[in-house]
Amino acid sequence: MPPADTTSTASESRGMPWLGIALEQKLYPLAGNAAPWFAAAAAVLCALGLYIGFFLLPRELAQGEHYRILLIHLPATWMSILIYFAMAAAAGVGLVGNHRLSAMVASALAPTGGMFAFLALWTGSLWGKPSWGVWWVWDAQLTSALLLLGLFLAVVMLHTALDDARRADRAAAVLTLVGLVALPVVYASVARWGSAAHENSLALSLAPGIIDTLLTGMLVMGAGLAAYTAAAALTRLRIVILERERRSDWVVRLVGE
Amino acid sequence: MAWDSWSAFWAMGGYGLYVWAAYLLALMVVVAEIVVLVLSRRSILDHLGLTARGRRKDTSAPDDETPA
Repeated sequence: MPPADTTSTASESRGMPWLGIALEQKLYPLAGNAAPWFAAAAAVLCALGLYIGFFLLPRELAQGEHYRILLIHLPATWMSILIYFAMAAAAGVGLVGNHRLSAMVASALAPTGGMFAFLALWTGSLWGKPSWGVWWVWDAQLTSALLLLGLFLAVVMLHTALDDARRADRAAAVLTLVGLVALPVVYASVARWGSAAHENSLALSLAPGIIDTLLTGMLVMGAGLAAYTAAAALTRLRIVILERERRSDWVVRLVGE
Repeated sequence: MAWDSWSAFWAMGGYGLYVWAAYLLALMVVVAEIVVLVLSRRSILDHLGLTARGRRKDTSAPDDETPA
């Protein structure tokens, strides 16, 4: 059967029987074009968010000015959770479909997710100390936030520790999906049996006008951090693609240009 | 404008240490990530440049050996 042989060698010489390489090759310049726009949007939105937080939000004499920390704390927390969902979706698709690009997207998201998880804990601690007098409590939200940071770090470490990229992809994907199950379980069990300091502390008695401004500022900051995440993850995705696909024809041609 | 003076702004009603520690570290972490991204992009591009040069060397290597 000569025709069947030719097609199989043709697809094998491209390295993958489906669109994997073509997708990476297509996405590489697209990501490069999109990243600066996301970065610019992030700069504008974060500047606007900080302006709202530091100049439009009124003085808060009853609660204390540390309530302005919420403007970075909550958006950073939202982003760490959102990025984890995005990473889990990409890792799941990569694991089930044995799809390299999805796994690369997941690995590109992990460091930025870890950064936001760390920031959520750090800013939360700086908010918690003046608000409830302690840096840390083992309540449901803090415990699961710590677990979230640990999961991001473990994913990053798996990719740096394992030389075989495909093995690292699979290990990281399994870990990410286990974490996806573990996070709500830990949250629920600590919420049930542990201390619950977080909820009453967030019962801020702010005037409705202040709450509207605070919410607007947090949403603008959140949009800014989301744009930053897109810019950082797309830039990292390009680096990951170059590292992993350096032997493929199109990268070699790109280098030759 | 919420603040009477810049010193009042920096003092943050006595919570300056908490507020600025939170925002300063956020800034530092973001800057650190950007620096790492720029450096690792440069390093992979250098590396790819080197491998392309390495390939040219590979093809020229037999030429160097043939006269000997």
